[in-house]
Amino acid sequence: MNGPKTLFDKLWQAHVVRSLGDNLDLLHVDRHLIHDLSGARALTELQERGLAVRNPELCIATPDHSVSSQPGRTLASSPYGERLGGGLRKMAAAAGIPYFGLDHPNQGIVHVVGPETGFTLPGCLLVCGDSHTSTHGALGALAWGIGSSEVVHVLATQTVRQRRPQTMRISIDGDLGEGVEPKDVILHIIGHMGVAAGTGHAVEYAGSTIADMGIEGRMTVCNLSIEFGARMGMIAPDETTFAYLKERPLVPQNTPGDAAWDEAVTNWRGLRSDDDAVFDREVAIDAAEIAPQVTWGTSPGQTLAVTDTIPTPDSFVEAEQQNNTEAALDYMGLSAGRPIAGTRVDRVFIGSCTNSRITDLRRAAAIAQGRQVASHVTAWVVPGSVQVKLAAEAEGLDRIFLDAGFEWREPGCAQCVATNGETVAPGERCVSTSNRNFVGRQGPKARTHLAGPAMAVAAAIAGEITDVRNLAPLGETP
Amino acid sequence: MEKLQLLQGVAAPLPRANIDTDIITPAKYLLDSNRETMHEHTFEPLRFLADGRDNPDFVLNKPAYRNAVILITGRNFGCGSSRETAVWGLLGMGIRCVIAESFGDIFFNNCFQNSVLPIRLPGETIAKLLAEAGDDQGNTQFQVDVATRTLTTPSGRTITFDLTPDRQTALLEGLDEVGQTLKEDDATATFQIQDRAARPWIYELGSIV
Repeated sequence: MNGPKTLFDKLWQAHVVRSLGDNLDLLHVDRHLIHDLSGARALTELQERGLAVRNPELCIATPDHSVSSQPGRTLASSPYGERLGGGLRKMAAAAGIPYFGLDHPNQGIVHVVGPETGFTLPGCLLVCGDSHTSTHGALGALAWGIGSSEVVHVLATQTVRQRRPQTMRISIDGDLGEGVEPKDVILHIIGHMGVAAGTGHAVEYAGSTIADMGIEGRMTVCNLSIEFGARMGMIAPDETTFAYLKERPLVPQNTPGDAAWDEAVTNWRGLRSDDDAVFDREVAIDAAEIAPQVTWGTSPGQTLAVTDTIPTPDSFVEAEQQNNTEAALDYMGLSAGRPIAGTRVDRVFIGSCTNSRITDLRRAAAIAQGRQVASHVTAWVVPGSVQVKLAAEAEGLDRIFLDAGFEWREPGCAQCVATNGETVAPGERCVSTSNRNFVGRQGPKARTHLAGPAMAVAAAIAGEITDVRNLAPLGETP
Repeated sequence: MEKLQLLQGVAAPLPRANIDTDIITPAKYLLDSNRETMHEHTFEPLRFLADGRDNPDFVLNKPAYRNAVILITGRNFGCGSSRETAVWGLLGMGIRCVIAESFGDIFFNNCFQNSVLPIRLPGETIAKLLAEAGDDQGNTQFQVDVATRTLTTPSGRTITFDLTPDRQTALLEGLDEVGQTLKEDDATATFQIQDRAARPWIYELGSIV
């Protein structure tokens, strides 16, 4: 392969330990993130099989899924925190894997902790037993989620067997409109393409909109790659990436006589698709067409502009889509043909590996400042990591949220996934900055509307789904 | 891993697209994560009524399909979360083969880790299979032959499906990937020595105080 290469080709090629034939390669895993939901179990299975963790120094472990986000929490504050988080602590210690527990300044959601510590690097191959691992592609990493058997495989061998996916480039060009966030960009893409359009593909996001986007916004975009089926999402590292990473604790540092950081950056600058590289599929998106989004159904592809009306089943041609729409409307308790704006909400959740980083919280706080959460709404802000929490508190964002009537909580997956006792009650409606509006995702019969942080705050203030542009102070789009 | 060579039995039609792994295994059951009992909760939102009784309309609750070994379903089956418990649950219900137009990538991969065969077939073929599995009311047998990569329907139609040779061998012989890859450890060691020279920053992490 001496011809022009895509970013994906370069990343893949750099990790082939051995070709196993038939499009199947054994790839080296540079970074492995381990969390409480599957970590202790995988490490126990390894031990039972008499196998050792091959490279514990290339792993980090932190509890996020099962822990409580309640202020003052301990592992015992959630039903399974002690068993799963405590199990992870014990097994990680035995294996020599660095563990960031609830009392550690780097605890948090795995996909927040990886980038912010510099564990995730451009050009690295990173896996984790979680489908939102595509997040790390925002830094130019080759990253994807694996199943629990594969977690055991990686622990034992520091490799993963993988078939080479097809390649897709999604180019987004132009300036985003007022009030439009990275979450809106990716929801728009998923709605536009359909929830299975990315299946079997490694997706590179490119174009001027991405180039102008901050690194945390890029993480939001890459995070939701899995929601249209893409195996991986990635963005070529650039000066924005290097500026974000420089001097984070786990990145290479320049020292007298060793320009380790400079050497790494020189290498990383080559991690971009060659100008004449060919992709299996190319998609172009016009940023000007993207409006603030909110989902109406039970799949992330069932999204619309906040100014739109809820679709009617007969607006679809295929019988299958008509049935899906009917089932989704029934579950969500919505009436077809009515505007989505004005739908009364019970809860608002700002957090998750999609939207819990400092820039997300700054945008949310900018809308919340000087306003009040509607009296019938319970609204939570759950920072993605201890580091995000401390940074937000240093800036006074916690005061803004608390004064507005939000709860300010401790880092974890919280209400994104019903594995920590923090659920949305049956029939309740929640505007959530998380990643899945699936049936039962936030708890049995919970109704989830996905949106970006600014739209979520707007819903909390108005007590109903509302267009953030009607609230946002003009000219203040961070 | 258990072998899968020849599968004969009832095929259950579940004509619904985008069945995600949160539907197959609701999140709360990830906490106990018991491989043996996972099937008790599989498909919970579709399978049970609000009061906990069986939903009589759900195909795997119908007497004729309770012993199904094959599931024929809509496109993008198993999308979403990476939870392998979804496959454990299917396995516990006796399902060893899932046939759909497309699958979530991670689910597809997880199937092979548990000796469950996912088969991708074109939409029009799926439509015919769904009809045949529905019409026969579970009275007749489908057959899946891994060695010849063929599916035979009750009406005698034979359909060939794709299966890569490595996966075919793993199913036929019950091979475990960890065991296979450990044999390649010298190659991994060599890779790391060369790679460390080219990309030292991958192996020499800073420290967190």
